Amino acid sequence: MNKTWIILKREYLTRVKKKSFIITTLLVPLFFAALMVVPIWLSTRDDKQERRIAVYDESSLFLDQLGEEGYTKYHFIPQSKYDSLKRNLENSEFYAVLYIPANIYTVNSAELLSSRQLPLELSEQIERKLSQIIETDKRSKVIQEAGIPDLEDKLASTKTRININTMKVTATGEQKKSSSIVAFIASYGMGFIIYFFVFMYGSMVMRSVMEEKKNRIVEVIISSVKPFQLMTGKIVGTALVGLTQVAIWIVLGIAALGVVQGFFTPEATREMGQSILESQQQVGPMTPSVPEQSQIAGILESIANLNIPLLIFGFLFYFLGGYLLYSSLMGAIGAAVDNDEDSQQLVFPVTFPLILSIMLLIAISRNPEGAVAFWASIIPLTSPVCMLARLPFSPPAWEILLSMVLLVLTTIGAIWAGAKIYRTGILMYGKKVNLKELIKWLTYRG
Amino acid sequence: MDFFETHGIHKVFGTTHALTDVSITVPEQSIFGLLGPNGAGKTTLIRIINQITAPDKGDVYLAGKKITRDDISNIGYLPEERGLYTKMKIGEQVLYLAKLKGMTHQGAMNNLKYWFKKFDIVSWWDKKVEELSKGMQQKVQFITTVVHKPKLLIFDEPFSGFDPINANLIKQEILELRDKGATIIFSTHNMGTVEDLCDHIALINKSRKILDGPINEVKEDFKSNIFEVSYRGEFEKVEKSLGNSFQVLAHQETEYENSIRIQETDGREKNSLITALLGAAEIRSFKEVIPSMNDVFIKAVEKYNAENKMP
Repeated sequence: MNKTWIILKREYLTRVKKKSFIITTLLVPLFFAALMVVPIWLSTRDDKQERRIAVYDESSLFLDQLGEEGYTKYHFIPQSKYDSLKRNLENSEFYAVLYIPANIYTVNSAELLSSRQLPLELSEQIERKLSQIIETDKRSKVIQEAGIPDLEDKLASTKTRININTMKVTATGEQKKSSSIVAFIASYGMGFIIYFFVFMYGSMVMRSVMEEKKNRIVEVIISSVKPFQLMTGKIVGTALVGLTQVAIWIVLGIAALGVVQGFFTPEATREMGQSILESQQQVGPMTPSVPEQSQIAGILESIANLNIPLLIFGFLFYFLGGYLLYSSLMGAIGAAVDNDEDSQQLVFPVTFPLILSIMLLIAISRNPEGAVAFWASIIPLTSPVCMLARLPFSPPAWEILLSMVLLVLTTIGAIWAGAKIYRTGILMYGKKVNLKELIKWLTYRG
Repeated sequence: MDFFETHGIHKVFGTTHALTDVSITVPEQSIFGLLGPNGAGKTTLIRIINQITAPDKGDVYLAGKKITRDDISNIGYLPEERGLYTKMKIGEQVLYLAKLKGMTHQGAMNNLKYWFKKFDIVSWWDKKVEELSKGMQQKVQFITTVVHKPKLLIFDEPFSGFDPINANLIKQEILELRDKGATIIFSTHNMGTVEDLCDHIALINKSRKILDGPINEVKEDFKSNIFEVSYRGEFEKVEKSLGNSFQVLAHQETEYENSIRIQETDGREKNSLITALLGAAEIRSFKEVIPSMNDVFIKAVEKYNAENKMP
């Protein structure tokens, strides 16, 4: 036990002190932060570009109705100016020229001319604006023709929007607010984290075993400690490296959140909120646009209504089980091969279920009760990712239990087989091994 | 007293017999040569002694008791396939390996200081292994083998990779360790070093021990009654005096003296040869030819292989 501890300490310290570890640990959160912050920041910047649009309105219907909108300014011009502008758009003060034909009511189209590639948002904005004006105009004409008193108000009162509140009924008949979207995100996110860590740290164990075999130190070490102790120290030490990394990321994440909040000062946030509101209002007068407070509250409520203790327990359980299962198999492969190429051949069949389970994630979160979801979450090689992904949808208890028991049994088997292959393979050089050979090693006595 | 013994060790890998009924006894404070052709099973036997692999049958005894996991700290092992962590600092690394042998931090530090001073390599402590030459790495490996003052030392091809100066240094260290009380098992293909160092040997061939004993006895057993005589006189006269019970294998004549190799064929007294020669020429030297370990090795292996040919 004491010697396992010495090995564990070395495995942990040499990894944590490595430059590559420090760099990835610091850069990954920065990368994700940048991925979130930069587009938002850029979008707020872009909005501030002032664009002058020349409008030649042949229909003369929009004269008073197009003025300023955000940073886009409309200037009406006569036909003569339009003709000259068209020829020399590049050097003019205008960003683009909008041509509204006389018969726009019937053709339903206008032209926007520019010497450069126009941003999609701009043409969408103009489309919206013109449609809105024409629609309002048409409607008021219809209302006038119909001659029904208060028709405008009556029509307005027909606007409707229904929200579906999904409720989960528990065995006791209690109703709890649940949100499919929250469950979906939780399930996909957790499944992916497990996949990522098992893969990354499993390969780390494999590479470390291969290194010891390659530089021939392993025989000295296993003349001092049992191969099983060496393997245990390595696997647990590497797992702790992973947990350290996660812990650092959580701390950095919280810190980064603070920075981001500071970056978006209250004014900036309000401004952004307003522009969002505006853009939503522009979608059309038919849909009410203010995001309802109740919706946000609903999401928070359904997060609170997820079975958090079960999720945390499940996450730790499947994380540990999946990691032990895969890292002991990958460690065994590292011991069995002499070089990287050979390892690739053997690694693929082992990691295939893991890759498969990540591909199944979407299917599982779409139909968490389906046959695919059931089998993928019961079979031990895919269950760490798949059962975890099902947990937010509260699958039947017996299925969870069965999946866990099978995972534990398989993991014990994998550790046993891994240790067998490890102690035979680690001292075998210059022999190309295949799966059949590995199975033969299982029959060798210590 | 026998410090180390194995009794009837058997080991099979799949269908390959690696060791068949191998028993060796190693006297305390001796240097024991474990010899044999490539693939004979030496490394498997060494790994069984180190408890890296377990025998299918048979027992290993250390100081009269069956060997246990705790004896690991009494054994120092320098494998043939050896190496170090290339990216780890020398000092950290030897300390780590010493702790794995069960030493305390302080104890390990004290012993390591002694060895680093002795080999004049104190300045290497903070260097990484990849900065050292192969010969330098071997010195570090030697230290990791002996740092915990083991009572039993096992060296597998210890001199491969050393230049003659360093090989000699290590040879002296091995002899010193033996004189201080260690028992040493030593495997090599270099028969010259076997004759220099070993007191006892065992020869393993095709998974079986085919020969063992004190090195002088083994050689004695393999002598074939050949004598080398140098003399002054005529070769024809000498040849005639020998009669039927001796056979001339070779003779050489120089201006100064002649020499002759004679094999005795019917087990007569050695002195009768001298008597016969005395009357024929002036004898300058007379000696019995004792085979070298090299000759013994080749003869024993070839003889065994001839007798045990697979049908």
